[in-house]
Amino acid sequence: MTSLNIIKSINAGLRRSMENDHKVLIMGEDVGKLGGVFRVTDGLQKDFGEDRVIDTPLAESGIIGTAVGLALRGYRPVCEIQFDGFVFPGYDQIVSQVAKMHFRSGGRLRLPIVIRIPYGGGIGAVEHHAESPEAYFVHTPGLKVVSCANPEDAYWMIQQAIESDDPVMFFEPKRRYYEKAEFELDGSPPLPLHTSRVVQQGTDATVVAYGPMVKTCLEAAAAATEDNRSLEVIDLRSLSPLDLDPVYESVRRTGRLVVVHEAQRTLGVGAEVAARVTEECFYSLEAPVVRVTGYDTPYPPARVEDDYLPDLDRVLDGVDRALTY
Amino acid sequence: MTVDTAVDPAGGGAASEPELVQLLTPEGQRVPNEHYDALIDDIGTAEIRALYRDLVLSRRVDSEAVALQRQGELGLWASLLGQEAAQVGSGRALRQQDHVFPTYREHAVAWCRGVDPAQLLGLFRGVDQGGWDPRENNFHLYTIVIGAQTLHATGYAMGVQRDGALGTGDPDRDTAVVAYFGDGATSQGDVNEAFIWASVTNAPVVFFCQNNQWAISEPLERQTRVPLYRRAYGFGFPGLRVDGNDVLACLAVSREALQRARDGEGPTLIEAFTYRMGAHTTTDDPTRYRLGSELEHWRLKDPIERVKAYMVRGDMADQAFFDDVEAESESLAEHLRTACRQLPDPSPESIFDHVYVDPTPPLLAQRDEMKTYLDSFTDEEAQ
Repeated sequence: MTSLNIIKSINAGLRRSMENDHKVLIMGEDVGKLGGVFRVTDGLQKDFGEDRVIDTPLAESGIIGTAVGLALRGYRPVCEIQFDGFVFPGYDQIVSQVAKMHFRSGGRLRLPIVIRIPYGGGIGAVEHHAESPEAYFVHTPGLKVVSCANPEDAYWMIQQAIESDDPVMFFEPKRRYYEKAEFELDGSPPLPLHTSRVVQQGTDATVVAYGPMVKTCLEAAAAATEDNRSLEVIDLRSLSPLDLDPVYESVRRTGRLVVVHEAQRTLGVGAEVAARVTEECFYSLEAPVVRVTGYDTPYPPARVEDDYLPDLDRVLDGVDRALTY
Repeated sequence: MTVDTAVDPAGGGAASEPELVQLLTPEGQRVPNEHYDALIDDIGTAEIRALYRDLVLSRRVDSEAVALQRQGELGLWASLLGQEAAQVGSGRALRQQDHVFPTYREHAVAWCRGVDPAQLLGLFRGVDQGGWDPRENNFHLYTIVIGAQTLHATGYAMGVQRDGALGTGDPDRDTAVVAYFGDGATSQGDVNEAFIWASVTNAPVVFFCQNNQWAISEPLERQTRVPLYRRAYGFGFPGLRVDGNDVLACLAVSREALQRARDGEGPTLIEAFTYRMGAHTTTDDPTRYRLGSELEHWRLKDPIERVKAYMVRGDMADQAFFDDVEAESESLAEHLRTACRQLPDPSPESIFDHVYVDPTPPLLAQRDEMKTYLDSFTDEEAQ
């Protein structure tokens, strides 16, 4: 067993992928000598060289667009977008080119590209450094979208994403970067990449989350036990495709669903989960699906982000609303 | 406004009018050039005939496609009329292993790469989004988002570097990459980012800009205050302007730039100074934004007529040759007409194919949903 935080877990996963496949490249701003602003790529350029860990010019469209060309030449680029809000200069290349090349070519071309994005708030950052843009990519056919929530998943999911022949948007919960856990580095991944997981069993209501909100929901579930409420917590892990079978199964038992995410509410991942659970579990639902999310505002200044972000109390309030019916 | 061209190795000098590489005048006179003549010294009678044939046949592909659009067989066509020499000259400078990233107007380059012109029609007919295999001809799919492919080309060229496929001296291994784009694309961020990437990585990529003077209705003056080729110097690599209606000059400058790339000497920007004689696409009406006199001015610079005049003047072809090319052009047109109408419509369910390499369960469920819905009509009809 090894104890690692999420940063070191992703680093170890990247290292292992690079050792296993010499076509795996890392590219982005500051990923080389500096090891990335969060040090996720620390030491990799030293060990794999400047041709495989590429410090790029400072332009996101260029990072993604040249990754497309490298992938067409047979490489497997892993691009780092330094912060969530900086993905938009590369957005056109992602949604118009990366997502569509396989389709456009009638299946002849593959773009095995991973785009890593440290995302989400709660770290007191300045503007553009705390956003949750995942829904834009979930809405884009051709992309797969995942978010890890703990070190073990971070380690395995990054390797699985790199092995994927489809492009993967890999969202890293930056406020959980320093969370530690013990797990085995050897062996094989405990779960396929696009699988959700029940992380805590319960009977009174189902709480669905992903990324940084998984820990918040687990804390809420622990607090709820003081009121003799038993919450089932599910980590979606994959946002596109969504694996909702465990959610349906859970909701059929609990009759109540609360979906939690940091991103804005309207047309967010929670909206899709709510719609599909309503379609599949209508006769099992005892209450409307409740969403606990960020508000439909731009991400606010850090001094008020605690009011914007769902926290333990807001999750419990959501559970209360679901149980009121 | 003054432009500092002191670092311009292509000979732009300080003159206000940029120097244009030209080897064949509009009247078909061969212009000797100390530097570039050596790059086309293998072009004898047989080779000039082959270039003439390429020019005529690619123009015929274009005119036939325009006709097919007018007949309702194609939803749209982007005509290359007037740009044949730029495309054939650069296209015939390529080697098998070189890789092309085109925009959506490179029909003559596709011709040079051996893509069946009928395969170009699928995109415009709406039956596919690129019916050819980019790996077979090293000719990538048409890219409609302006300039996006310049980054793909640069990234591909970075891959060539990592594969060690340049600077070895092996003519079958050393590889160059070409990105085609227009004057309008030079305003895009992606093109400027591609210039930066190519420059700082010394990537083996040739940026081939067909300056056809118009980006739909926007004239060149809306894109730049300096001659486009001179931008290259600001990015740290050479640029030059060539007469884009002169197939020999385009061949010569492309050969040189491609070889520079293959030798590991980095990128080059070629500005092929030409003119789009037709509309931007068949939906466009150029009479709303440009003068007939401009069209007449450029008609006198026609890329095919000057080669024909050169051949006749030099006794390189007789009437029988021109008749043969004309007959071949007729049969190519017939092939296009037939093949176009035979392009099969895709099945509705096929829209779910190839969204992913590894299809997702929700998408497969949607495919089943569509199939069940469509089958319900079949059942009703059967009853």
